Amino acid sequence: MNRKYIKAVLISSAVVAAFAIFHYGCQESKNLSAGDEAARVYVAPGSYDEFYMFTSGGFSGQVGVYGLPSGRLFRQIPVFSQDAEKAYGYSEESKPMLMTSFGFLPWDDAHHPELSQTDGVPDGRWLFINANNTPRVARIDLSTFTTAEIIEIPNSGGNHGSPFVTENNEYVVASTRFSLPIPNEDVPISSYKENFKGTLTFIKVAPDGKLNIAFQILVPGFDYDLAHAGKGPSHGWAFFTSYNTEQANTLLEVNASQNDKDFIAAVNWKKAEEYIAKGNFTKTSTTYYRNYFDERKHMAFSEKNSEVKILTPEDCPGLIYYLPTPKSPHGVDVDPTGEYIAAGGKLAAVIPVHSFSKMIKAIESKDFDTDVNGIPVLKYESVLAGEVENCGLGPLHTEFDGNGFGYTSAFISSEIVKWEIGTWKVVDRIPTYYSIGHLSIPGGDSKKPWGKYVVALNKITKDRYLPTGPELTQSAQLIDISGDKMKLLLDFPTIGEPHYAQSIPAEILMKNSKKIYPIEENEHPYSIKAEKDARVERKNNDVHVYMSTIRTHFAPDNIEGIKVGDNVYFHVTNLEQDWDIPHGFAVKGAQNSELLILPGMTETIVWKPLQAGIYPFYCTDFCSALHQEMQGYVRVSPRNSNVELAWGTGK
Amino acid sequence: MNRIKLFLTFVMIIFFAVLQAGCGGDSNNSDSAKNKNNNSGLPDWEFENGFGPIKKKLYLVPLDKTMASEGEKIFESKCASCHKLDERYVGPAQRNVLQRVTPEFFMNMVINPEENLEKHPHAKEMLATYLQKMTNQNINLTDARKLLEYFRLLNEELKNDSTTNK
Repeated sequence: MNRKYIKAVLISSAVVAAFAIFHYGCQESKNLSAGDEAARVYVAPGSYDEFYMFTSGGFSGQVGVYGLPSGRLFRQIPVFSQDAEKAYGYSEESKPMLMTSFGFLPWDDAHHPELSQTDGVPDGRWLFINANNTPRVARIDLSTFTTAEIIEIPNSGGNHGSPFVTENNEYVVASTRFSLPIPNEDVPISSYKENFKGTLTFIKVAPDGKLNIAFQILVPGFDYDLAHAGKGPSHGWAFFTSYNTEQANTLLEVNASQNDKDFIAAVNWKKAEEYIAKGNFTKTSTTYYRNYFDERKHMAFSEKNSEVKILTPEDCPGLIYYLPTPKSPHGVDVDPTGEYIAAGGKLAAVIPVHSFSKMIKAIESKDFDTDVNGIPVLKYESVLAGEVENCGLGPLHTEFDGNGFGYTSAFISSEIVKWEIGTWKVVDRIPTYYSIGHLSIPGGDSKKPWGKYVVALNKITKDRYLPTGPELTQSAQLIDISGDKMKLLLDFPTIGEPHYAQSIPAEILMKNSKKIYPIEENEHPYSIKAEKDARVERKNNDVHVYMSTIRTHFAPDNIEGIKVGDNVYFHVTNLEQDWDIPHGFAVKGAQNSELLILPGMTETIVWKPLQAGIYPFYCTDFCSALHQEMQGYVRVSPRNSNVELAWGTGK
Repeated sequence: MNRIKLFLTFVMIIFFAVLQAGCGGDSNNSDSAKNKNNNSGLPDWEFENGFGPIKKKLYLVPLDKTMASEGEKIFESKCASCHKLDERYVGPAQRNVLQRVTPEFFMNMVINPEENLEKHPHAKEMLATYLQKMTNQNINLTDARKLLEYFRLLNEELKNDSTTNK
């Protein structure tokens, strides 16, 4: 009896212990799996990643450059926010890049990186990205990984649905998230339905990349959310999601979620071109900036524009149609064949997939439900190809693998669901940690996806990483999609909220990557091509220092005759012509930033000394064995002193 | 059988002798790559003329002064931040460079400093003296040839001066 009792106690406690250990193990390991994952993401020291991945920096305003499959961060490209490390937005040359009709803006919210395309396939020439807050689109040059151009979008309240490209970069599209009075004016907010309008903007991309606002389409005052251009058979069309068709101007969370269906706007941009050619537009005066970087002058320039062409749907039949789409759709994604248009109805229980060919037939047979401000609304059943059921909660975005499958992110249920085009059946699903927004497959929104991986871009990380106080990192998760079952390979942190990312095979970009700026092509007006030309010139209170750098000295490195109240312009030319040898320049008391001058480049920082004395300057980027010797002095004298301007090196 | 053994021994002796010479190293190299006995282990051509795109003796025609003046401009832009003609700066004084190295070495070093710094005893010795690696200034073959012409001109002037002085 006694023995039996002991035995029973022992057994039951063993069982309890086993469960406890099992349970504890589950909590601790969090999806840890013991396979070949480590080997799959391991890129040996000195080896290269297979893909470049460009992530939006979200509210950092920048673009991150990562490698896949390793998840290593290579670079942050400053775009819409000042970056003191690279003097972006601080140097005299780069300040014009951040000019807008609202003046110089030091910050914005970067959302969707989109690679330029040739024949519907990413070509590696440029990366476009939108600023959401003060509407703009930037073009990044992928031979230098720097921002080449930024164009402001007039008549837009918030540039969210942007910057998606057509098959051969004919256009970059942009839609306003927030509607506004157009032109903007002082009206009661409660007059929303009467006064507020939206715009869909088409930005022409010239063969050399130059951006120009070709035309805008005035649309009803909804919130326009995301976009994608057609491809293949649907080339010539662009699709824009909208929500708040209720036209609420307060508590949208409730008031904009009333209608059973909102709309995808389908725009026939070839038709728009015909109307423009016929002169069927109005010219509206407005103000917007185009800023561009001249790579020879090493300097940005701003151009102020004052007019835009506007098309009105009532006057342009056949220009635009509405596709009813359930429940405040977010993403609109066109499959590689160009036939299917998948929508992410944030609050919907299914993913509706529209058919382009059915849409064309419905237009031809005038299969309309009604119209909104002259825009025909097609019948849902007439355009629908199918609905993906059991797609998770809060479906947002879809990318494609090129093998007949779509992958949709579901925000509320934190997962990716894989479904088959044609049968519309879910074939696999995988949890993400946590609250996935966008997802990204290499080439996943193009005609020819490279597939292989899907990257989940998560809004919340909670317990996934070591805690860093109240603010935690954002994250990406690399998932293998080469087999039937998706398989989680790697978590890695990203900087800023990763709204979207695009990846491209490394070999496409590597061969075009610039190593230096040839010094003989430097046309900067304050550059010097030889150390003997280093000098200091005074023009009233402005002092221009023509300075050169080479391993390991500045010329000049001793400067006297500067006076309190002077504006000292340090124009620093890096005479190096060797890859990866930038020099830095920092002077004590600088109220802006350092300079980081790449080989062959000239950059300028303004310094305003406030007190007499001696001020050291030095190179901030470790450049050689004698880097610590790369320094100099400026002597600042009182305003009324007679100290002569003098300079030199090695004397 | 014995013959073969003898032959093999002979071969081994030769082999070791060669190896020994090869290992002799650069201990005896002075500051010049020109007119020295080659015990560096490098092939004679590389020892005399360095590593780079110049792989045979240049056919040097009489001086081209236009080319030399173009070379002077290149020198000022790409070299003068580190080299003066008559005094030590970051690197050595350069007026008499062609009395120290061959024209071929000059061009190879200008075009391809990294490989020479790694492999050539003269370049290594320069590095040990000046403690600064000569930088790659992205100079192409044509520009290197113009630079050479500039230093040929300076060298001619040096020779004339010394003749006049005598």
